[in-house]
Amino acid sequence: MDWNFIIFSLVKIAIVVGVVQGIVAYSVLAERKISAWIQDRVGPNRTAPPFMKFVPVLGPFLTRLGIFQPLADGLKFLVKEDFTPAGVKKIYFWLAPAVSVIPAMLTVAVIPFGSNLGAQKMVIADLNVGILYTFGIVSMGVYGIVLAGYAANSKYPFFGGIRSSAQMISYEISMGMSVIPVLLIVGNLNLGQIIGWQSGHGWLVAYAPLSFIIFMVASFAETNRTPFDLPEAETELVGGYHTEYSSMKFALFFLAEYSNMVASSAMMVTLFFGGWTLPFWGLDQPAQSLAMGVLQIFVFLAKMLFFMVVFIWVRWMFPRFRYDQLMDLGWRTFLPLALVNILITAVWLWLRS
Amino acid sequence: MAITVNRKPLTFWEKLYLPAIVGGLKVTLKHAYGTLFQGKVVTMEYPEQKWSMPENYRGAPYLVKDQDGDTKCVSCQLCEFVCPPKAIRITPPGDSARLADRANAEKMPLEFEINMLRCIYCGFCQEVCPEEAIFLQKDYSLTGTTRAEMIFNKEKLLALGGVSPGIQKWKDKLAEAKAQENFPVKL
Repeated sequence: MDWNFIIFSLVKIAIVVGVVQGIVAYSVLAERKISAWIQDRVGPNRTAPPFMKFVPVLGPFLTRLGIFQPLADGLKFLVKEDFTPAGVKKIYFWLAPAVSVIPAMLTVAVIPFGSNLGAQKMVIADLNVGILYTFGIVSMGVYGIVLAGYAANSKYPFFGGIRSSAQMISYEISMGMSVIPVLLIVGNLNLGQIIGWQSGHGWLVAYAPLSFIIFMVASFAETNRTPFDLPEAETELVGGYHTEYSSMKFALFFLAEYSNMVASSAMMVTLFFGGWTLPFWGLDQPAQSLAMGVLQIFVFLAKMLFFMVVFIWVRWMFPRFRYDQLMDLGWRTFLPLALVNILITAVWLWLRS
Repeated sequence: MAITVNRKPLTFWEKLYLPAIVGGLKVTLKHAYGTLFQGKVVTMEYPEQKWSMPENYRGAPYLVKDQDGDTKCVSCQLCEFVCPPKAIRITPPGDSARLADRANAEKMPLEFEINMLRCIYCGFCQEVCPEEAIFLQKDYSLTGTTRAEMIFNKEKLLALGGVSPGIQKWKDKLAEAKAQENFPVKL
């Protein structure tokens, strides 16, 4: 065994998981703040640890920004009563949050979040089948939700679970189909190689814009975000699949949803927007120095956060789709479009060769 | 009779959802810009900012003093009698106690208590008071940590109520009485 590899992998895993959790916590805050701004409100601006009132200018500013709100939210989730309703199927009830959180976290493993720092590649697992791995893991996410809906032994969570299984399975197909043109163009499944190709030829969004649109819409559906948030439609299903959950188990579903958002933002950046590259200042080549490596990580984070903001922003733009409209859009619009897209790309590549 | 509403079929352009998407982007951006850069916020940050109450607002009832700083209440106990939730309790002076702290008043309450937990802000006390000594004022957020704290005594009620000259009944009565000392009365 190569001890060097193990130690560095563990360090990378720890850092990536920490950063993803941090982004998740603060994207909840971002969600609340952005929704407030869009709705002419102020948003969370009171929470602060007691010593903050002794910090002069910075303290009130951070407090008004709500920087400490996620800490309070996390603490609240930890100390709340973890209630198990009578009549739930206990094993599945306990299993469901874990089953939905684990795939969400696992997806991040193959994403290259930077070129390299020193001799270390900035990706946890440099898989040759990165995209296939991602789709395999993402499709497991539905089990957590279905299991939660089933385990709760209650009407509304059950509807949520049923809806989500139908929705996620339908949109997974369009999602998978939408990526095939990318694979045809690049000719490689390794996400690092896809980024390498983009640094030479320009971002893939210019080559396959339709793919990007379908991928984006499908990832909205996959992460259960508005306008496809039927599994947790508050107005119809109380809380959807997590109605019966409380405390940390509920928080885990939340975590899974936002981790999925992080993962699909990262996938969009990697597949269509050049990952950690920028076409100037020599940022499109693997870093030679430490500073460049760090800068490229920040480039990746910035691109990813942009898509997170888009995810949040879109939530306050559209009403929810009706169930039949959702299915119609998935099967009769996006699937044929994705197939046509594959055909067009294949013909184009054939004509060029 | 059921009325059938025919839905207008969507045009191809509308079916693309693009006009809706662009419209949504525009509206949300406009509102976010207004909130962030033009201060168009509808939120009132409560403890710092407060509603301005209308003149006839019925808040907590407090005792008021007259223009000379004397207690107006004469301990007639009408308010105690009329109070629907029995929130008011008046201890009259009795025989031995001080009667009043001002001229031309026969007596004043020894103690005047309003239980703010019971008060329903109906305004009957204000309506029934012959001396205009009690008014429903503009306070609406009365809080305390114990029940005993929420029973306001005379001292507290007078301090909170402040001075309300009102009709200045006793001043006129005094002038009237003084005038009557010289006969014939010339008013």
